[in-house]
Amino acid sequence: MIVANRKPLAEIREMVENCDKILILGCKGCVTVCNVGGAREVSILASILRIARKKEGRLLHVDEMTIERQCDPEYIEQVKDRVGQYDAVVSMACGVGPQFLSEAYPAQRFFPAVNTTFFGGAIQHGVWAERCAGCGTCIIHYFDGMCPIARCSKSLLHGPCGGSANGKCEISKEVDCIWDKIVRKKMEEGHLKDLLDPKPPKDWRTARDGGPRKSVREELVQ
Amino acid sequence: MSELKSGSNLEKVLKAGHFAFTGECGPPKGANVEHLREKLSHLKGKVDAVNITDNQTAVVRMSSWAACAILIQEGLEPNFQMVCRDRNRLAIQSDILGAYALGVRNMLCLSGDHQTFGNHPQAKNVYDIDSMQLISLVKKMRDEQKFMNDEEIDVAPKLFIGAASNPFAEPFEFRVYRLAMKIDSGADFIQTQCIYNMQRFRGFMKRAVDMGLHERCYILAGITPMKSVGMAQYMAKAVPGMDVPESLIKRLRGAGKGKVAEEGIKFAVEQIQELKEMEGVAGVHLMAIEWEHRVPEIAERAGMLPRPKV
Amino acid sequence: MRLSYPSNVKVIQVPCSGRVDIIHLLKAIEDGADGVYVAGCLEGECHFLTGNFKAKKRVQYVKKVLEELGIEPERVEMFNLSAGEGPRFAEIATEMTERIRELGPSPVKPQNAA
Repeated sequence: MIVANRKPLAEIREMVENCDKILILGCKGCVTVCNVGGAREVSILASILRIARKKEGRLLHVDEMTIERQCDPEYIEQVKDRVGQYDAVVSMACGVGPQFLSEAYPAQRFFPAVNTTFFGGAIQHGVWAERCAGCGTCIIHYFDGMCPIARCSKSLLHGPCGGSANGKCEISKEVDCIWDKIVRKKMEEGHLKDLLDPKPPKDWRTARDGGPRKSVREELVQ
Repeated sequence: MSELKSGSNLEKVLKAGHFAFTGECGPPKGANVEHLREKLSHLKGKVDAVNITDNQTAVVRMSSWAACAILIQEGLEPNFQMVCRDRNRLAIQSDILGAYALGVRNMLCLSGDHQTFGNHPQAKNVYDIDSMQLISLVKKMRDEQKFMNDEEIDVAPKLFIGAASNPFAEPFEFRVYRLAMKIDSGADFIQTQCIYNMQRFRGFMKRAVDMGLHERCYILAGITPMKSVGMAQYMAKAVPGMDVPESLIKRLRGAGKGKVAEEGIKFAVEQIQELKEMEGVAGVHLMAIEWEHRVPEIAERAGMLPRPKV
Repeated sequence: MRLSYPSNVKVIQVPCSGRVDIIHLLKAIEDGADGVYVAGCLEGECHFLTGNFKAKKRVQYVKKVLEELGIEPERVEMFNLSAGEGPRFAEIATEMTERIRELGPSPVKPQNAA
């Protein structure tokens, strides 16, 4: 899923500084799963913003709403009657949400309340980790299901580099060296030979480097 | 290895069977050419080639190729270091052509320290290709006279290709295979990470020799003399992939006040003397970090002078 | 045992302190409470194993939020006591009331509105 973090309160407060009436719009997709932008987080942020403004003696009217997904015109349609009445709509979806909303309702201002960070999953309750870089050409089958593009700090295809120590990456003792894991797994399995074949330089055109991407499925296009 | 690949002094020294001796110099943090020339003056005639680092530890310095050109003006031979961190394949290939045009004949291919170490941790990293692919690329440019995209090169760069190896990084068992991959990719010579644990290095070299790697490539052992106990402790603790045995730290500490640097040099000289006799080791790469002025003394005491004329 | 505790403390019963969410604490502050605290079981004695630890983390979260908003974090607190400790319950109520008195009224009070 897409993992995100709520923006610092100070930043969100600054965005809505000149607003008297806002809507906080949650999303039941990825950001609900990673506990950042679902109905619960919408109510928390709404309460925090009200408290902040009550303290300043300048009331802020905050409405709350959470829709199925903010990355789908079908659900974006559901807020049609709500937009237009607010000084701003604060989206708690990933970066896709406020953009889809802005495209659908150009007259309404939309602000992002979260920083979209990576594609990953929960490795334990409350902890999420990156697993995919969305490079557009998956190669994890060469590496026993571990992605060196997303999980090696240098995206090396022939690791581990000289900075690998105690199974950790040179950048931090908190970061696993994925190449250490790949090599150890291959050695355990007796498949070290797999790693000795050189990999060609990656074609980054399928990644963001090739420009903004689009996926067209002819059989679905109407 | 019948005819010369680059015609560099380093290549000729190694090919003639001499025990090679290379030095290292970091370009200035600025355009202070005088300071660079001063540092280089200590190395002239004392080493076969001088590695010029490329924004080492991800700290911005004068570009490696420019410092190489100054070194050539001074009558020394550079070993142009290039990291994959700062350039995509366009910049890599154009810098290789530029460096070659300025007279560079040796090149060391590296991944590079991650930028979080350096003085611009906010930077976007590149890593378009990795060090293994960089080695193959330089080889392709030299031997096939083609760019990465297979287009013809009009006057190809003929470089003596170097690569790094860290015998002490983990997983240990894999390191010699990674070295073999670098040789397969086209490395003509290898310079290792700083060695302090001689016992482990002996084990590493034995495996390399058993695999016949020393016959396919020249392996230069990396030496960095310890200047102080603090430096030894820092390297032991803070530098990933560095193996500094406790016994060495103890030995340095035991030297007593004012004598630690001398003890560090003594240890380095002993190491070089042992390495000269070690099977499969074709030379020593001396990384005397900000200690260039001590290189002549170390070279002398280790019996590395005079350097062969080839 | 009829122990008296300050009448300004409004008790809201929940089956486990783990049921108390961040929003409940925030709502209390938003609606004008001068302080709010959670009385959970002793650590290690939660009937649901970790309810009181969850509550503790949520209290910490709200404290951090209040601090960011320039409101005294001491207005929110977590206490741990066993169900059999009636006198301790009264003591905590008094302690918290005194603490809030010292801090004065919440800056979030509606009368603060301009």
